[in-house]
Amino acid sequence: MTASRTPLLAINDLHVTVEGKQILNGLTLQVGAGEVHAIMGPNGSGKSTLAHVLAGRPGYEITAGTVSYEGRDLLALAPEERARQGVFLGFQYPVEIPGVNNVYLLKAAVNAVRKQRGLPEVDAFEFLGLVREKMRLMHIEDSFLSRGVNEGFSGGEKKRNEVLQMLVLEPRLAILDETDSGLDIDALKVVAAGVNSLRSPERACVLVTHYQRLLEYVVPDIVHVLVRGRIAKRGDRTLALELERRGYDWVTGEAA
Amino acid sequence: MSENARQLETLIGRGYQHGFVTEIDSDTVAPGLDEDVVRLISRKKQEPAFLTEWRLKALRHWLTMREPHWAHVKFTPIDYQSISYYSAPKSRKDGPKSLAEVDPKLLETYEKLGVPLHERARLAGVAVDAVFDSVSVATTFRERLAAAGVVFSPFSEAVHTHPELIEQYLGSVVPYTDNFFATLNSAVFSDGSFVYVPKGVRCPMELSTYFRINALNTGQFERTLIIADAGSYVSYLEGCSAPQRDENQLHAAVVELIALDDAYIKYSTVQNWYPGDANGRGGIYNFVTKRGECRGRHAHISWTQVETGSAITWKYPSCVLRGEGSIGEFYSVATVNHHQQADTGTKMIHIGPNTRSTIISKGISAGHGQNTYRGLVKILPSAHAARNFTQCDSLLMGAQCGAHTFPYVEVKNPSATVEHEASTSKISEDQLFYCLARGIAQEDAVNMIVSGFCKSVFKELPMEFAVEAQNLLAVSLEGAVG
Repeated sequence: MTASRTPLLAINDLHVTVEGKQILNGLTLQVGAGEVHAIMGPNGSGKSTLAHVLAGRPGYEITAGTVSYEGRDLLALAPEERARQGVFLGFQYPVEIPGVNNVYLLKAAVNAVRKQRGLPEVDAFEFLGLVREKMRLMHIEDSFLSRGVNEGFSGGEKKRNEVLQMLVLEPRLAILDETDSGLDIDALKVVAAGVNSLRSPERACVLVTHYQRLLEYVVPDIVHVLVRGRIAKRGDRTLALELERRGYDWVTGEAA
Repeated sequence: MSENARQLETLIGRGYQHGFVTEIDSDTVAPGLDEDVVRLISRKKQEPAFLTEWRLKALRHWLTMREPHWAHVKFTPIDYQSISYYSAPKSRKDGPKSLAEVDPKLLETYEKLGVPLHERARLAGVAVDAVFDSVSVATTFRERLAAAGVVFSPFSEAVHTHPELIEQYLGSVVPYTDNFFATLNSAVFSDGSFVYVPKGVRCPMELSTYFRINALNTGQFERTLIIADAGSYVSYLEGCSAPQRDENQLHAAVVELIALDDAYIKYSTVQNWYPGDANGRGGIYNFVTKRGECRGRHAHISWTQVETGSAITWKYPSCVLRGEGSIGEFYSVATVNHHQQADTGTKMIHIGPNTRSTIISKGISAGHGQNTYRGLVKILPSAHAARNFTQCDSLLMGAQCGAHTFPYVEVKNPSATVEHEASTSKISEDQLFYCLARGIAQEDAVNMIVSGFCKSVFKELPMEFAVEAQNLLAVSLEGAVG
């Protein structure tokens, strides 16, 4: 579909303000199909803002720059349109929606994507089979099926649920916003296995993370360091290790 | 909806297509209310003397009363002398002549709710003089009930077939002196439902006003009496999810429930009377008195209501828990949009020892709507070890609406346990965005979140009703966000 030379995601000179405050400041980034990118950076560098802007969250003002996805203007699309086109955001703090069943939300999401593609609604029986299979992969208990969306979930359960949703929706571009934060080592391995299971030449993944720990299990092709709203440094897997050893001060100092 | 219910609906729907009988009775009495009018109503219905006398006592008492205005609703005083209190059957000649004359907004709503075409005319009040033939389904329905010994008939019919039950129970829960609107109803009530479930009988089907085909057009002063004898069970469904128009602005109904030893009455309502236009003009005033009494030991009365219609709702389905160990429940979803006003809640009166009550109220306000929960939990000295749990949640959509809560608690026995939880929330941006980011359209996301908010009430509704209620909520809150 996309020519190999056209990146799946191309962010060019992106400037974003929130309530008048400049957060992204000329960010340029290209993600090709089949690639896994890690976005690292100190607190407040704009990592989560980038993730939210890509998903279309309201409240962010884009003052300059462009974002294209599959060669089209991503910023022109409503958030639900982006999701239906295959953009997935794994939330850092997934919200609870009391009384709304997990599976119900997931089914509605799958059907929204299918409708977009002109496919009939998913067969309930088949769907349940698929969800159960992915749940096993994510080590999620059966009782999950009857619970409310993120209702009473532990931090780790919420994160695993995000990855479960991703696995069921099979997005073309997955953006995971600090999905590793607050996970113990076992949960981290489960989440990593989930993310790895989706790696393919057609898909791409952007991992927003503060620590390099996740990258031991999901090895990125490129590591970017975000400082004060722009990419200050890029490199391969070893950059993440160096960051861990030397701290962010090393890059922020260089960037200043 | 179950396959059976669907088939049933199709069958009933078919009945509307043909078999209309035109029966125009032009004897509508002149507007105004006095003893002569009450005597005339009673005579027209060939009622026994005790009932005529009861109506007259109610009228005399009513003349000493004043229209109450304590509720958190605003309306101009009603001119009771300008209302005609007897018209049988209503010819609906003032209604729209065809669907072409009906408010297109209303028709759009029917479309969205999936109301069959032939139903729309009746609901919209089109002048078709619809007194339709008895349908085989309804006949079968009655036969099955009769086999079980259950009486389910129009009130006016029961007055002749079971006068002793009427005399014994009418007004025994809501006395004719109860309140302004109930007293007015007692004097002039038109018709309604009568149900008697004999000892130990589990009513074989849900009783729905939908089937009470020969008692249509009795909306204004409806009177319902349900008696569940010892050890019996009955589930009663009132209303219809499609918005119904009525030429009468004032609706003052009374419902009385009596549950004897170990009896269980489940009463579910979906109320969707015409709410008026977007500016609040022309809607129904729904001033209703509903009360049940758990008269026997371990009796159980459960009210579930989904209120989305009417310009003004004034309604407090209550339980008098007299029998030892009896249980009262109230589950409510009340929605106001545009300029609707609702003042609704319940009263749980604990008289017997070890009585328990549960109140779950979900209020949703949108547009310029004003939503009030008003509830009373009263534990009398005789109610040893009584328990109540109240949960009262409000959801606001937009900045122009209001949610108000007036919980009253009176405890006169120190062994009682009374719990009250309340919350007010808005549909959060986070919840909405979470759904959008999963590809779900905004309106669907709002419906999903609201349904989740109401879940603990919806699960109390019979299956078919729950589905209808959910659709109904979606339609009545359309455009409330975004």
